Amino acid sequence: MKILTANDLATGDVVWWAGDGWSRLLVEAIDTGDKGEEIGKHEEIARHVVAAYVVDGEMTADGPRPAHIKERIRGLGPTVRPDLTLKPEASDLTQWVI
Amino acid sequence: MADFITLRSDEPAQEPVVTLESFGDQSNATAVRIEPGEDARELLPFLGRIALVEVNFPAYTDGRGYSAARILREAGYTGELRAVGDVLVDQISHMRRCGFDSFKPNAPLDDADVEAAFARWPDVYQKTVDDRRPIWAKRHEEA
Amino acid sequence: MYQYDTYDQAMVDARVEEFRDQVKRRLEGKMTEEQFRPLRLMNGLYLQLHAYMLRVAVPYGTLSARQMRMLGHIARKYDKGYGHFTTRQNIQYNWIKLSDAPDILADLASVEMHAIQTSGNCIRNISADQYAGVAADEAADPRPWAELLRQWSSFHPEFTYLPRKFKICVIASPEDRAAMRLHDIGLELVKKDGVVGARVFVGGGMGRTPMVAPEVNPFVTEDELISYVEACLRVYNRYGRRDNKYKARIKILVHELGVEEYRRQVAEEFAHMKTLGLNPPREELARIAEHFADPAYETGLSDDLDRSDPDFALWVDRNVAQHKQAGYAIVNISLKPIGGIPGDASAEQIELMADLAERYSLDELRVTHAQNIVLPYVKKAELYALWQALEANGLGEPNLDLVTDIIACPGLDYCSLANARSIPVAQKIAQRLASNGKDAEIGELKLKISGCINACGHHHAGHIGILGVDRKGTENYQLLLGGSGAEDCSLGTITGPGFDENGIVDAVEKATDLYLAQRTEGERFLDTYRRLGMAPFKEAIYG
Ligand code: HEM
Ligand code: SF4
Repeated sequence: MKILTANDLATGDVVWWAGDGWSRLLVEAIDTGDKGEEIGKHEEIARHVVAAYVVDGEMTADGPRPAHIKERIRGLGPTVRPDLTLKPEASDLTQWVI
Repeated sequence: MADFITLRSDEPAQEPVVTLESFGDQSNATAVRIEPGEDARELLPFLGRIALVEVNFPAYTDGRGYSAARILREAGYTGELRAVGDVLVDQISHMRRCGFDSFKPNAPLDDADVEAAFARWPDVYQKTVDDRRPIWAKRHEEA
Repeated sequence: MYQYDTYDQAMVDARVEEFRDQVKRRLEGKMTEEQFRPLRLMNGLYLQLHAYMLRVAVPYGTLSARQMRMLGHIARKYDKGYGHFTTRQNIQYNWIKLSDAPDILADLASVEMHAIQTSGNCIRNISADQYAGVAADEAADPRPWAELLRQWSSFHPEFTYLPRKFKICVIASPEDRAAMRLHDIGLELVKKDGVVGARVFVGGGMGRTPMVAPEVNPFVTEDELISYVEACLRVYNRYGRRDNKYKARIKILVHELGVEEYRRQVAEEFAHMKTLGLNPPREELARIAEHFADPAYETGLSDDLDRSDPDFALWVDRNVAQHKQAGYAIVNISLKPIGGIPGDASAEQIELMADLAERYSLDELRVTHAQNIVLPYVKKAELYALWQALEANGLGEPNLDLVTDIIACPGLDYCSLANARSIPVAQKIAQRLASNGKDAEIGELKLKISGCINACGHHHAGHIGILGVDRKGTENYQLLLGGSGAEDCSLGTITGPGFDENGIVDAVEKATDLYLAQRTEGERFLDTYRRLGMAPFKEAIYG
């Protein structure tokens, strides 16, 4: 799948394209097919987000999984601060990231 | 919106500009344009007959034109020194400090923004080729 | 410490207003991201892996208690309760909102701080020896020179769009505690016939092509400092490469021209520049120097210490350095608790350090390039009380310059340029070598980790360096041996094929085991490596 990510322009929060808007949760990311770049451009011009880009990924039982570790950490939060990740309760974060 | 800004009291020079390369051979040319990689010092022998030097900024991130401008002013050039190209409001006060006295931006600038930009810095830390007294000089003239 | 006068304050205030206006124009759509990016970068605001990141300048690493407290306040109010002290003696916040950035800068300005020129292709924050003014071995105090350069470089109109970033460092001791020769310009103050002047080194740096700066001028006096440095910069601004950003640092220019030719061009430019009246009068350096005059030290204090508490005695031996004044000591607070994140401090810890500086260190702190904090003016008689307060708050780790005092960049946990994570590697190495007691046995060993070739973690300058690389989408780590950022400056050499995360921890341990087996009396890891060369280490690691 093709996943579109960006940062919220005003807050900087990492966001994922969820079909009808942006979500902070990677699990809500949808497959943007070949539309990702275009949506990203449009959303940048509308000043909702900044630095939009598309990455490869696959749909797994746990939801969308970006192909590269960088976006997996981006989706989760810093692995060295589990308290600040979006899954503070999970114990095996590192395994998911690698 | 302004697509030409001048800080000079005389009329902007209208002469056609020639490249630095051809300038040397054209003894009647009075206006010349410098590109980022060119050596402004090649103009020093001719400063007396030059009315306009255009310094091109193909990209505002290329800062060579600032040195070119200062070098010309340090050598005593008093004619028009024009920044052209990717000239944005956020750079013009620095450009002025390096000796530019007219600006021809690719995209017109908002007049109020231009005014605010020139008025931004209450003082300056360095001596350059404008006539502003640096902070260190003011500190010690008061004492 | 230096204190702003109305001029300095007005400049910083003007900058806050300028940036407030720029942020507003960006949010209103009057500026594209492309136009805004360099402007926010010049105010230290990056866009990182998770959010905007703000880098706040700590000029030459010096802070008052009040300023430190403000850093804690910012961590609490605008960030997620912590900050990261960096190898450039600055502090970074990882979770900043663009819309808050102007208010943060205004808060900083209220305590004479800013984020000016902490990024971008301009002259960056000036760094200096963290023991400036209190070291027993210095020729002069480097801070006044650094402050003079800070003012000169602030909003310098000619040098705001250089080919690449530009870092200047000032030291004044034969012992180099600030990696001076790995800067674009390194100044070492020396005394000649009673006159203080600077040895000028140009063209050092790390990144993908690390270089140790060669000396370009053996002695530049205060009367000509600014015009000389300006000549160095002008030659670079005009002729530094702009076709390839990886070849744009001044080190490449100096290397390609050769130091002789670079020196000649600078001399020519300098001959012209010194006629222009660019140098402030001597009264200006004297005015600045007054701010850094020695405090009113108490005299007749005893140098004796009650060492009956062994934990305290250990901390004193490891983390406390010799002060030039009898009865006083320089205290290093390690931000490297075993298993912690190198350089991170919580808002509470930052505030506590501010309180302790107020109570025990004449109101002053320093940030070191090794990502630790220094209290420069502690009475020996108060060391025990200070240590107890640190110890109770997780700040008493007695490991300065040990293998667990690791420099690590944020790596892939925070940085969008990273290939691999740095912090977990640092944590694992520290835990391994602390749990089996080898850290103490090994003694001084500078271990430095970067998550990519940019070398923010100084891996080239580590006695042991680790570099994160991307190996087909997985994290991989290369090992380097033999670097040093100190006065015996050298660049590390890669041992061979890289390792995964556990493999690199094993490799480090094997290298240190070989050292322990082979060292002679008084030899540090680095000395043994230099004596034996790479071969036996390679054998131990891969054999
Ligand atoms: C997280 C955001 C950061 C980014 C995007 C970043 C980016 C970079 C880049 C691109 C370079 C290479 C520049 C060049 O060689 O031209 C560099 C070098 C460097 N950075 Fe960072 N950095 C970051 C954080 C840090 C941190 C946290 C530190 C300190 C711990 C730091 C200290 C340095 C140092 C000391 C260098 C080496 C300078 C040299 O090459 O001489 N940076 N950084
Ligand atoms: S060395 Fe690389 S990974 Fe580490 S902070 Fe610098 S740019 Fe990021």
